Amino acid sequence: MNPTTVAVRAGFRRGVIELRNTFTNAQDLWGYLFPTLILVVTIFFMRGSTVPGTDFSLGARTLPSALGMGLAFGGLIALAQQLVVEREDGTLLRAKATPNGMLGYLVGKLTLMSTTALASMLIQLVPSLFLVDGLRLTSAGAWLTLLWVAVLGLVATLPLGAVIGSLIESARNLGLVMLPMMGLIAFSGIFYPINGYPGWLQAVAQVFPIYWLGLGMRSALLPDALAAVELGGSWRHLETLGVLGAWAVLGLVLAPVVLRRMARRESGSRVAARRERAMRQVF
Amino acid sequence: MTAVELPGTVAAPPPPDGDLVLDVRDLRMRYGTVDVLHGVDLTARRGEVLALLGPNGAGKTTTIEILEGFRMRSAGELRVLGVDPARGDERWRARMGVVLQSWRDHGRWRVQELLTHLGSFYAPYSTDRVRRPWPVPELLDAVGLAEHARKRVSQLSGGQRRRLDVAVGIVGRPELLFLDEPTVGFDPAARREFHELVHRLADLDDTTILLTTHDLDEAEKLADRILILAGGRIIAEGSPDELSRRIAGNAEIRWTRDGDRFVHSAADATAFLRELFRQHGDEVQELEVRRPSLEDAYMALVYEQESGARDGGAARVWQQGSQE
Repeated sequence: MNPTTVAVRAGFRRGVIELRNTFTNAQDLWGYLFPTLILVVTIFFMRGSTVPGTDFSLGARTLPSALGMGLAFGGLIALAQQLVVEREDGTLLRAKATPNGMLGYLVGKLTLMSTTALASMLIQLVPSLFLVDGLRLTSAGAWLTLLWVAVLGLVATLPLGAVIGSLIESARNLGLVMLPMMGLIAFSGIFYPINGYPGWLQAVAQVFPIYWLGLGMRSALLPDALAAVELGGSWRHLETLGVLGAWAVLGLVLAPVVLRRMARRESGSRVAARRERAMRQVF
Repeated sequence: MTAVELPGTVAAPPPPDGDLVLDVRDLRMRYGTVDVLHGVDLTARRGEVLALLGPNGAGKTTTIEILEGFRMRSAGELRVLGVDPARGDERWRARMGVVLQSWRDHGRWRVQELLTHLGSFYAPYSTDRVRRPWPVPELLDAVGLAEHARKRVSQLSGGQRRRLDVAVGIVGRPELLFLDEPTVGFDPAARREFHELVHRLADLDDTTILLTTHDLDEAEKLADRILILAGGRIIAEGSPDELSRRIAGNAEIRWTRDGDRFVHSAADATAFLRELFRQHGDEVQELEVRRPSLEDAYMALVYEQESGARDGGAARVWQQGSQE
């Protein structure tokens, strides 16, 4: 059989094994449940508040926005984190020492990350539904929109996450990416509409995928009437497609180059040196 | 003693049968302005076990990483399995195995699962002569991990973990295997089992093995040929026996006669003793003959290289050797 086909299949199996490993690990499970807990608490405290200019519940608006944010986070940070950690522990070098191992590794990682991102979305969505009303849960169109936004969101963010993970040398430097991400979330309209923000801040937010993932999710689950209070007074599906698509293209062009460069530089002594540095920092 | 080559002598041209698995000529590596390797030459034939010895910082890891294709060289002619490592493709990669120092990966995977997974990448490279991958139950038996097959990797002890590393290194039935300090953390029993495995790979499967170690005893047991790397070049090369005899040279003979102590150094200890007994007969007491060990040879060579003393013992022996 063709070695590439074999490696892709092995990669899928790899993803499945890692999925089983992560969903049977207590610490990881807590990691998946924790955002749900935060979301439920947030929605609870938003009870009684409404989206400005409407009598629609603010909590019900936050739920889809948070799903979009979770997707962006899963794609950008979680993958970057895995790449950094697995470069440090030698997993990547192991893949490099195996014929077509890097391809298998990447297929496995994409399988793992996209499935956990979608699973996390469900884990957040289901309990929160008991707290909010007014979502379009019975409409097939709503689920279809949710699906394409989610898939496009993953295609837009996962390659970028791979680029970030390849450029960061040690786990400690992940904070350098986390902080700006947090800031970005604050003005991306996840927890509150950004209509009242200064124009330049709105413009910055609309450059990045987080805003559009939040908007896309809202367009799927919220009643159409709520489009009126979004920027531009519409769900702007074309623009969503455009911005997320542009990030996807950028990521897919950059990722292979950056990943290849990172993989080429990987060697036993680099892994050893990195570990020694990490040990020095611990003690 | 033809296998011992003087530094700088030109090796014979490769045989036409392509039996040469490793062929390295004048390998050089420079980081910035620092030269780490100044012209390393080495060759290995099919089924040969080579041990690369040398002090820390001598360039062992750099050399191995270049041969593995994990690092680009500055200059030199290289053929690893007939291919320049800088241009090695996945087919080439499938023919070699790599066991590096200290892996910590795949902690959550089960032993059997990991070997099956990594082995599956080799299946397309199976040939009539070499069936790939190595069936996992057999492989687990060979490295002594059969009873731990269902364990998670993170639950293995240090020695077991190392054996798993070796198993991963050979799951693709490599024609060439790199072992970087393979037995660190092994207890004596595990070490012996490992040595048997290495012999088996070299003898039965014709695997060429290049290993680095700090354990001279291990090098002596495993290697057909030992290469001593110091200061970025191979300063000596030969079978363990040749090296120790050649470099440390003479045997040391101690005895007492009439209560006086005597020490003598002789190239031919037997002839010297025959003469000693002929002259003094029963007066010779507390006789002790000490052959130079590989460790003596190693220490002499490395000391000389590091101190740069050209008039040292080893150089003298080199000259003697080349006159023989």
